Order: sequence, then C-alpha cells, then structure tokens
Amino acid sequence: MTTGLDHEAPSAGPVILAEAQPLKTRRSLWSRVTRELRHAPVSALFGLVVILLYVFVAVFAPVLAPYGESQVVGDQYEVWSDKFFFGTDQLGRDMLSRLIYGARNTIGIALLTTALSFMIGGLLGLLSATLRGWIDQLLGRFVDVLMAIPQLIFALVLLSIFGSSLLNLILIIAVLDSTRVFRLTRAVAVNVAVMDFIEAARLQGEGLGWIMTREILPNILPPLIAEFGLRFCFVFLTIAALSFLGLGIQPPTADWGSMVRENATLITYGDITPLLPAGAIALLTVAVNFVVDWFLHKTSGLKDER
Amino acid sequence: MNADNKKDRRRSGQSGEVLLEIHGLRIEGQSEDVWHEIVKGIDLTLRRGEVLGLIGESGAGKSTIGLAAMGYARPGCRISAGEIRFDGVDLSKASEDEKRKIWGARIAYVAQSAAAAFNPAHILLSQYAEAPLTHGLMGESEVKREAVDLFRRLQLPNPEQIGFRYPHQVSGGQLQRAMTAMAMSCRPDLIIFDEPTTALDVTTQIEVLAAIKDIVRQFNTAAIYITHDLAVVAQMADRIMVLRYGELVEEAPTRRMLTDPQQPYTKSLWAVRALRKDEERSDDTILRVDGVDASYGGMITVLSGVTVRVPRGRTVAVVGESGSGKSTLARVITGLLPPAKGEITFEGKRLPPALKDRSKDQLRRLQMIYQMPDTALNPRRRVRDIIGRPVQHFLGLGGAARHRRVRELLEMIELDDRFLERLPAELSGGQKQRVCIARALATEPDLIICDEVTSALDQIVAEEILKLLLRLQKELGVSYLYITHDLATVKAIADEIVVMYQGKVVQSGPKSEVLRPPQHAYTELLLSSVPEMDPDWLDSLLTKRGQTRTEARPA
Repeated sequence: MTTGLDHEAPSAGPVILAEAQPLKTRRSLWSRVTRELRHAPVSALFGLVVILLYVFVAVFAPVLAPYGESQVVGDQYEVWSDKFFFGTDQLGRDMLSRLIYGARNTIGIALLTTALSFMIGGLLGLLSATLRGWIDQLLGRFVDVLMAIPQLIFALVLLSIFGSSLLNLILIIAVLDSTRVFRLTRAVAVNVAVMDFIEAARLQGEGLGWIMTREILPNILPPLIAEFGLRFCFVFLTIAALSFLGLGIQPPTADWGSMVRENATLITYGDITPLLPAGAIALLTVAVNFVVDWFLHKTSGLKDER
Repeated sequence: MNADNKKDRRRSGQSGEVLLEIHGLRIEGQSEDVWHEIVKGIDLTLRRGEVLGLIGESGAGKSTIGLAAMGYARPGCRISAGEIRFDGVDLSKASEDEKRKIWGARIAYVAQSAAAAFNPAHILLSQYAEAPLTHGLMGESEVKREAVDLFRRLQLPNPEQIGFRYPHQVSGGQLQRAMTAMAMSCRPDLIIFDEPTTALDVTTQIEVLAAIKDIVRQFNTAAIYITHDLAVVAQMADRIMVLRYGELVEEAPTRRMLTDPQQPYTKSLWAVRALRKDEERSDDTILRVDGVDASYGGMITVLSGVTVRVPRGRTVAVVGESGSGKSTLARVITGLLPPAKGEITFEGKRLPPALKDRSKDQLRRLQMIYQMPDTALNPRRRVRDIIGRPVQHFLGLGGAARHRRVRELLEMIELDDRFLERLPAELSGGQKQRVCIARALATEPDLIICDEVTSALDQIVAEEILKLLLRLQKELGVSYLYITHDLATVKAIADEIVVMYQGKVVQSGPKSEVLRPPQHAYTELLLSSVPEMDPDWLDSLLTKRGQTRTEARPA
C-alpha cells in the first residue's frame, strides 16, 4: 500500500504551485542510512553486526589467524589449550586458524557463485519479461526442466561428471541456482514491463538494452537485492553440503563444510569442536536472513497496520 | 416482528431533526514518522433526510471527513480532536463494539470503486445479505425479498436474478447500484457516498445518479455525498460544503452556492467549467487514418473501418465511452498494434504499420502523453534524465547544449530549475503531467496523441494543463489527437470531433457541427449525459428521456 499521504499534498495551480508545495528536501544517502539504522529492529542490527564481523574476519584472515591455513602445527586432535585455542584437527592443523581462513574461502566462493547466478538469471529473466513471446516460453520451459531435478543431486551428478574443480563447482552451482533468480526477476520485471513508461520508452525508439537496464532494472532492484541475500545463504549451504559430501571445496583448502566432515568422529567422544564450523555456517545464515527480512519489509512497503 | 418494530421506530424520526453533528473535528495523518494535520477543525451538521455535498480537490480531506463521520480513521490517520455526535452517541469516543453495531445498520458507506469493494468470490446477494444478517435485523428469506425489492427500485435489470451473479458478471454501473442497494439493506439513517460515479462513463453515471437520488428520497435517508465534480453535486445535494486543505471554505444551500458563491476559491472552481476555444479549420492534413480494422489476437474486433483526419496545428478530439476503441485507435497510430486492414498516412507518406519498422524520424514526429502520469514516468529517474534522454536520443544534443534544452523545456511547461533533480514521487499530479508533456515536446514532434491526459487530475489542475496544451499549440504549431470521454474538455480544446461507439466512427466533423443538432442518436445521448451546473438538470433530463432511455443506443 502506498501511504496515500503523498497524494494528499496540496496540488494548486502552476502559477502558485512552485511556491505552494513545500519542497521535499532529499536527505543525503548517509543521513538516510543512519536514520534507517536507528529505527531498525534489534534482529536486523544483530544480523548486520554479525555479517560485518564475518567480512572483517574474511578480509583480514592472514593477520588474525595465529597459524597458516594448512600448516601442520601439532598432533592430531589436540584438545583446546592456550596454544591451540580450539585444538587441532585430524592432521594436527590449528582449528581456529582454519576457521578464520574458512570464512574467507567459503564466503568468497559463495559470494562469487551467487553473483554469477544473478548475472545469468537476472539477464535472462529481464530478457524474458521484456521480449515475451517465444523466447519467454523457451527459457521458461528450460528452467522448468532444470528445476524439476533436485538441486543437490543434480549438482552431485554434474560434479562427478566434470570433476570437482573449484571452477566447475562455481559454474555448476551458479547455473543451477540461476533458475530461481530467473523466476523471480521475470515475475517482478513483467509487472514493470507493462507500465506506461516502458511503452513511452518504446515509442521513443529506445533499444532493448536501454529498456532492460535503465527503465526496468532500477525498479525491480529492491526485491532482487533481498533475494541476493537469501540465495547467498542457499548457495553457501549447498557448497557446505557438497564439501561435507567430499565433492565441494577440496583439501587442503580450509572450508567449513569439509571441516565438519573431517572432524565428525570427535562428536562420539563428546568433543564439540566439529560443531564450531557448523555453528559458523548457521550463524551467518541466520544473520543474513534477519537483514534480508528487514530490508524486504522496508522496501516492499509492507507496513504494520495498527 | 421485532425487527420491523425497530425499523419503524427508527423511521419515525422527524425529518429535520439533527442526525449527525460534528464539532471541531481534527484529523492527523502520519508520513515519515511525523503527524500532519489533514483536517483542521471542521464543524458539520446533518439533519434527517438531508443530502450534504462535500466538494474540493484531492487532498482537501473530503474522504477523510466522510469516514470520520462514521467514527473511522484510515490506518495511518487518527482523530486528534473534536466530537462526532451521531444520534446522541459520540462516535469519536465510542468503543469498537459500539461502532460495529452502528456501522452497516445505521451508517453505511458506498465506495468509489465498486469493482474493488465487492468480493469477487461471492455472489451479489450473499454480500448484500451480510449486513442485515450479522446485525440480526431480518431472517434470510426476508433479506432475499427485500433485496429483490431494492434491486427493482434501483432499476437493475432482472431484479430476481441479478443477485445470483458474481461481481464480474455485471457492468460497472450495475455494480455501483448493487452497492447502493447493499448500503440500503438495513435502511440506515445515513449513507456516505464517496465519489460513487467518478469511475463511470457519463452515460452510465446518469443511471447511477438517478438511482441514488431516487432511493435516498424514497427512504428519507440522510447522505453525505463526496465528489470533486461540481455538476454532479449540484444534482444530488441540498447543501454544499466547499473544502480546501482540510478547512471549510464556504457552506450554503445548493442553489445559493451555485448562483452566488462568496469566496474567491469557490468562484475559481465555478469558472473552470467555462473554458471554451473557438474552432479553427485547416485543410492541411498531417495524419490520416483510412478504413482501419484492428483486433487483439485476431479474435475480438475492436476497430472496424475507422477513418480519421487530423489537420495540421489543430486538435481533433476523439470521444466515446470506455470500450469504444478510442485508446486502441491510439495504439494503432503509434504502431503498438499493427492494424489488420487499412492504412495510416503521416505527412502524405504511408506510415509502416509496426513500430519496429518505423524510422527514428517518424518516431520523433509522433509522440504520446498518457492518462496516468504516475505510471507514465519511471519512478527511479529524475526529471533531468526523463526530459534529457529524448533530447539526446533524437536531437543528438549532449553536455551543456542538452542541459540548456532541458531548461528551455521546463520553462515551456512553466516549471523552474528546482525541478531538475526531482524524482516523480516528489511532484504533484499536475506537475507530473507537465513533465510528461515536456518529454513529448523534447523530440520537437508534429503530432501528439493525448490519451485522457486530464481525467486523472483535479478540475483546476486539469484546466491549467489544457491551457498549457493550447498555448503550446499556438506557439509550436503542434497538432493534437485528443482522446477523452469528457465533453467539457472537448468544448475547451477541440477544433474537430470524432465520436466513436463500439469500434466505429459514428459521427465526425468540425466541433460546431457535431455539437449542434441534428446529431447521430449516440452523439445526442452522449452530449445530453454530461451533467450541467443546473440543480434541476437531472430531473428534467430524466423526464425528457422517459422510458425510451435505453433505445437511444444504436445497436
């Protein structure tokens, strides 16, 4: 629902109208952001803090980590101590250091994959919505076929065919994930594509590229950004799951999914160390979801009815 | 029966006794966490059987006051001060339960868009029956009998059967009458009509107005009639209140208000309808549409054998009710819908039927302005870019030259430099439409198609836009094909008129000829349906038309 109050603004004749209408001053980006943050719910603030923390850790991993990523520094499965804060893993590598580097690898790869999937899905979705006709039908049905196969199993099959190199991993997950992005982009873009201003642009001879990127895209950006957050979580989880199954990020690269698998046996001895990478995954997913929820609430115009 | 007694007791209230009294009503609305006062101290008295007209531009607070008369404030609004005394009960302090007992049973509300107010999943009768059954006023069989009676009084076709139809199965005018029947179902003391005919065609509007007027009179119901159309309120109301910015400008009985308005603002409202343009003829044709047939998907024929000529530097008005093919004609001319038959000649040359086959120059010379400025401007682009893009695209101007041209265009549409950086949401309706005009002018076109460009605007703002269009025509020599259903606009702007009905041109020619009898039967119906400022107009027209009303429509 639009607030309706915008329309209540007095609309006087043009002679006096420049004066009569109070000029709505636009706030600068920074002041708008700080203002929104002050009104943000606790959950969103918590999410933001967690995400920033993860990013900080990922960026400064070499500085923060006490040891190297795949450096063997102690015995196998050493317990938590002052020297090895979270103990060591099955090869005697420092757990804390690997957790810190894991942030870098897991988040970096998930981010890259999500970005790629948005480029593919977003572009095709926009094309579909703008052109309609047979292209829309063809892309739509193709996506239906891809979506009919469970994603994780499909990824497993493809990875075992093409080999589980990092590049293959990113490409396969990006393509499989882009189907969802395609669906969303097409759905929201179709609503914008029928508006009069799109017709006006076509009548003024604007090309497809202009209409897609300048007329439609800015109007569908908010739901896409929110979806980016959610898809990031799913991609992140998919990669972790694949790594856990041994087909994802390959050793010796530190990665939370494979770290859970490699140290899983410790659970039987009542050691919670393998839960740390699992917890890191869970925390980030929850944090991103909190922020996305808040962002969606802000941009979709869903206001609480009192 | 108990319910009957209750009804009788209520009906026994003397006509002339005060029913609703509002004192010092103040309502605040919230935007961006700040409360603004939108109704600033309104006093209002309504007696039984009296019809009070509330008029004003959008943003005057009409609807807000109408809803407040029920003790209701929309989400985001609150009643901050004042007393709303309905038959002895102060609604501003009444509990939700008390109000719920009154709503529907004693105060009813008729919304602007009946199509949006009905639930599409239920038949009309069950929606009609909801209020009387919930309030326990009658039994089910009685409700049905009453419904048929009311449907008949409101002159709905097939009163026995129509209740079993779904909302989408009846026309807009019938739906609005069904909604009035629904409001009447509990025989309320007060009905609030919020622009009930604004969304309807003139020919349909008459039927609804006549039905409402008639039934309110029959049941001696008090009503608050909210509208921005002066001629309509003149037919309906006993007394008129003129509102502006949430304040009362003037209040008087209808006849006195019409003949002798006191305030300058009221006078200016009255003057709007007087805009007239002398017709000028020209034999120099810029656009010719020849025997065009068009259909959507090859199935439903929307246009058949349409021939229209637009003289250079003149305005041709295309009139007709909704569904007559006016807008389709615009789509055919612009190339969005290639015609099935016939051809379009522009400047003596045949215009390719499809948009994609037209040259950049052909696109440049033919521009369009839309009905809803809200959807015709990209909400994410600034005025500078909206107007600047066609300047760059068609005239190849960039940098400082482009900036200069954009400022010239802003000046032409009477806006100043401060608007350059604004987004459409930061403009009023009239300003948005001006920006749309500037965007069309940016390409230096020869012909502009105007699709109902003033129908979404308030009368005063619409008047300014029409004056602007006329001035631009005089200065730039641009031709207009002006699509509208409003004949006051036609009188104000047209040189020639094309009357369309069901996809065919039924009459065309210079304005003076089309407006003067003898006319085609449909033209006559259309012309006589336009409300006039005379409070006796509706009654005399209905007497004149008598029972043959519907026969005037060509088959």
